[in-house]
Amino acid sequence: MSPPLLGIEGKSQCNVSLMASSTSTDFISHNELGFKERNYMGLADCSSMNSSAFSSIPEENKNKLNLKATELRLGLPGCQSPERDSGFTLLSSGNLDEKQLFPLAPSKEGICSVTQKTVTSGNKRGFSDTVEGINEGNWMLNGPVSDPEQKTNGSIKTETAAKKSQECINKMNGSNANSIPAAKAQVVGWPPIRSYRKNTLASNTKNNDEVDGKPGPGALFVKVSMDGAPYLRKVDLRMYSAYAELSTGLEKMFSCFPLGKCGPQGAPNKERLSENKMSDLLHGTDYVLTYEDKDGDWMLVGDVPWK
Amino acid sequence: MSGSLDHSDKGQTAPDLSIQMALSSDQALEIVLENVLCFLSSRHDRNAASLVCKSWYRAEALTRSELFIGNCYSVSPQRVTQRFRQVRSVSIKGKPRFSDFSLLPRNWGAYFATWLVSMVDVYRGLEKVYLKRMCITDDDLAFLAHNFPALKDIVLVCCEGFGTSGLAFVASECRNIRVLDLIDCDVSDDDEDWISWFPESSTSLESLTFDCVESPINFEALERLVIRSPSLKKLCLNEYITIGQLYRLMVRAPQLTHLGTGSFSPSELVVHGEQEPDYAAAFAACKSLICLSGFKEIVPDHLAALNPVCANLVTLNFSYAHINAEQLKSVISRCVKLKSLWVLDSITDEGLQAVAATCKDLLELRVFPTDAADDADGPVTEVGLLAISVGCRKLRSVLYFCQRMTNTAVTAMSKNCPDLEVFRLCIIGLHRPDPVTGEAMDEGFGAIVKNCKKLTRLAVSGLLTDKAFCYIGQYGKLLRTLSVAFAGDSDLGLRYVLKGCPMLRKLEIRDSPFGDLALHSGLHHYYNMRFLWMSSCRVTHKACEQIARQLPRLVVEMISKDEDKEETSEYVETLYMYRSLEGPRADAPGFVRIL
Repeated sequence: MSPPLLGIEGKSQCNVSLMASSTSTDFISHNELGFKERNYMGLADCSSMNSSAFSSIPEENKNKLNLKATELRLGLPGCQSPERDSGFTLLSSGNLDEKQLFPLAPSKEGICSVTQKTVTSGNKRGFSDTVEGINEGNWMLNGPVSDPEQKTNGSIKTETAAKKSQECINKMNGSNANSIPAAKAQVVGWPPIRSYRKNTLASNTKNNDEVDGKPGPGALFVKVSMDGAPYLRKVDLRMYSAYAELSTGLEKMFSCFPLGKCGPQGAPNKERLSENKMSDLLHGTDYVLTYEDKDGDWMLVGDVPWK
Repeated sequence: MSGSLDHSDKGQTAPDLSIQMALSSDQALEIVLENVLCFLSSRHDRNAASLVCKSWYRAEALTRSELFIGNCYSVSPQRVTQRFRQVRSVSIKGKPRFSDFSLLPRNWGAYFATWLVSMVDVYRGLEKVYLKRMCITDDDLAFLAHNFPALKDIVLVCCEGFGTSGLAFVASECRNIRVLDLIDCDVSDDDEDWISWFPESSTSLESLTFDCVESPINFEALERLVIRSPSLKKLCLNEYITIGQLYRLMVRAPQLTHLGTGSFSPSELVVHGEQEPDYAAAFAACKSLICLSGFKEIVPDHLAALNPVCANLVTLNFSYAHINAEQLKSVISRCVKLKSLWVLDSITDEGLQAVAATCKDLLELRVFPTDAADDADGPVTEVGLLAISVGCRKLRSVLYFCQRMTNTAVTAMSKNCPDLEVFRLCIIGLHRPDPVTGEAMDEGFGAIVKNCKKLTRLAVSGLLTDKAFCYIGQYGKLLRTLSVAFAGDSDLGLRYVLKGCPMLRKLEIRDSPFGDLALHSGLHHYYNMRFLWMSSCRVTHKACEQIARQLPRLVVEMISKDEDKEETSEYVETLYMYRSLEGPRADAPGFVRIL
């Protein structure tokens, strides 16, 4: 588990910037490597369909990491509240990688492709599995491909990072079913819930540029959560003009909370919601600002120019 | 006899018996009849009465004050306004239900405007309008507000086509507005501060529901409105209302019975040192509160504020609240009188067990999915359903979204909850069998129709063979509404249902292998139904044409996604047919072909 991880850790900065300026083609070159420079799990050999699909994604889309489009995450990266599209996450640097890289339950990405009718089980890594996974070292990043399940999950992450369309690839066993163009593979109108309700569901499927923090005419609000804090805060990004200011502002805001306080490990297994999650992996009192961009990637704050 | 209820010329009783005897027995009978029929409120009873004879028909038509139109295209506005002249309340339903799930292209129809035109001259005394799945524009709202001075209640459910401008018209022009409820509507944000348009003189408001309006609200104006509305009983706020603002409103309206709490979360930066209001006290002051909803962005720490009202709650809608089992427990354990509960599956099976432990009088339960994606595992499973069935024996209505379900659990529910009238189970994974036995879900649903003798509405899912439909046809004798998706093997399945369910009124089917043979097997019954919907099935154009020929009073619509694609595929994309007195409608868009 460790070597790749450490490697990444050391290079976290440059990896992040890599991501920031990535081209889609690079992204998917799953070749023999099976291991990505990206801070993701080893990738499977996805179908060629994927590659071509990815390479067709224009570069600009990937680079739109301006804050307006950014989705800031709440709580731990590992435990997401997908319906909240914005929020910062403060992590201790020590755990930056594991948490940051930790792909979220892919199902959060939205509606799954349903081109396969077989019942798939076990492919998907439920939230509980992932949490336990960290502790037990049962970590997907373990080397490139040791079993099909990991492949699948790896490929999920790729998609997550790269694609616009939201598909749940995990159940595809790395098959061709997870083709990007078939974002239409998701079944229309299924499950039968009203669009109004769907919009408030856990989903990153919204491909709009609006920050979910209800921007008023002059304000650009974003939700921020700190590990260990009982609740989240909203921050008006327009009040700040540089990262340094933002950082101090957040520091002041959260200074009332006991730092490094680790609450009980997240909720029961099936818990999906995360805003108020606490992590017992926090070490020390140094926090690092991270955010999740609109593609679902965890990014270190500071790489992209403030504007 | 004139069509009016005013018999004063005859009633100017000369005490002279001769004049009274001038009334023929027929006429006397009609007077009596009208006076008696005034008391008939149920439309079913009225429909029956109107069939007795011509004079009863006339009398009933004169005295019907509540109009219910289940399908806006089954009858024309002109015909309606000619028959019923004294209507005070109008309820109209438009689009078929599957339009909620994006299965019906936009601009399909169901325009309220045509009704307005006919009603304006005849129903000057109109007091109540209830619309479901209709298109209503801002102009329509303005027209409505302007031309019906007696209008008191406007309830729009799942409607679209209007925005905050239309609401502003209503607010400003409906002098006597008592109820303005917008439920699950798609309201465009025209940047209009509609709340401010309620005049200062408007003090009659009893119900205001705008939780689906996704635009900011002028809070000060809202607060002033609440202050000057002493009769306000129902207030459902949208997510732009913070918990602090909610507090201020509650303090002004302790007489509330129904409260939609908005976001239930604090606003942005809370200044350090600022006292948080005593939310619990505000709730405690609302002694009549029986129904709670909202919680659109809930911060679970504030859940404790609900404690004072839990014991009296009859309805609780947590379906937007991402809370876990523990958090739910803290609330639900006090809700001993609860009759209706809507939740998100984030509460997990454990949360459902807590519900089962406390809410012994529960009549309705809806469990919505947090995550629409197909998954092998989900937070609620057969365990939760079983627990509910054991704990809540009086259940009448269940809607349950899950990723996995077993026949055992469904069967258990059918036996534990014999009063079930509505059973809608949605196993999100398509064609998913019972994970324990690997079998189809036939036996479970079969048990439901067999054991729940009062069942009138059923929605099926999971892997289902024709056997399931055989059961439904065999036992579903009271079934009125059936929803089918991705189920069945062959025409036989649908045939069983059409032959076996005499009470069937609404049948909606998608993505199932039912074809022409099945369609034909229902010929004897289609006139008794409100509608039949079949999309992505195996029905051919020819079969539809045949049906249309054999049943002239049926409107057979073939709906495509695109105008051009219509004839390319072998099967009809969407078939929507309904009985109608009017024949093909004039306002059908290009992608609809009516036979």
